[in-house]
Amino acid sequence: MTITPRIVEVRQNVLKKNDVLARELRERFQRSGVYVVNLVSSPGAGKTTALTELLRRLGRSYRVAAVVGDLATDNDAERLKESGASVRQITTGTVCHLEAEMISRALEGWNLAELDYLFIENVGNLVCPASYDLGENERAVLFSVTEGEDKPEKYPTLINSSDLAVITKIDLAEAVGFDRARFIEAVERVRPGIPVLEVSARTGSGMDAWVARLKAARQALVK
Amino acid sequence: MHELSIAQNLVELAVESAQAQGLRRLTALHVRIGALSGVVKEALLFAFDVVTEGTPAQGAALIIEDVPVTIFCPSCQAERTLDAPVPMRCPECGTRSGDVRAGRELELVALEGVEEA
Repeated sequence: MTITPRIVEVRQNVLKKNDVLARELRERFQRSGVYVVNLVSSPGAGKTTALTELLRRLGRSYRVAAVVGDLATDNDAERLKESGASVRQITTGTVCHLEAEMISRALEGWNLAELDYLFIENVGNLVCPASYDLGENERAVLFSVTEGEDKPEKYPTLINSSDLAVITKIDLAEAVGFDRARFIEAVERVRPGIPVLEVSARTGSGMDAWVARLKAARQALVK
Repeated sequence: MHELSIAQNLVELAVESAQAQGLRRLTALHVRIGALSGVVKEALLFAFDVVTEGTPAQGAALIIEDVPVTIFCPSCQAERTLDAPVPMRCPECGTRSGDVRAGRELELVALEGVEEA
């Protein structure tokens, strides 16, 4: 007897489970009036330092919190706590990205209505976080001036899923011979029209502009 | 290397869908992968073999259709398919556009399977 295989149409996103959870999160965030930013970058681009500075500045007039993903340590969470914000750590083990389910679990017990901003610091990785929606309002991709001007072109997927590009460690630009025009051209080739900010968390340069942008974005949301 | 996690999601979705349709063993999975999906085909194929072991999808073929990036060109007022994801520029007139209409897919399109185990 021969068995003829039957063909069944599915037509579903492979990451359906994550997408469904992310949608639920997004609805929760929206209801609670909290603006959520997912920060992505390669390891060492300066997410934690930039975020500490953002939390410190926004924390003066807003209720801010952060969830930080890391493979093994809680060093980043400890650093972020210096800003005075509420911080929770997600240790992903060997997983190279955060998923909606991890965010959902990390938020347990937090009253989101008591927050104005929630930052999610993703695992340092320019590939894997791209595929996972975390229910965020905005995805910001960070590049440091030490990474080379062609980095955006090497990782088009993540930049293409981001809403904002931030150049970090701009105070080092001259020392490392950072070619600003070339970098911006590379970003434009990958994601035409994406806003680009240049910041230094250390000197504070450009941080006001970032904070202003976040304030405007939240205002537009809760209006 | 998140293809292992993607492959796990894929196989879970496939096995659930197969069971709902009365298929007990899978012989093939048809997926569409966009050039901007962030998934590396070779890595997914490798991960697929690993995660299907001991599941109803063991031994099934993973048939991948590559989906190129399609953007909407505001100058031509038309959708244009790109040879590569970078640069995001209309191949006809050179206008830049970030309006991506296709190429982010990561989709399980169809299954082939049999009712006998």
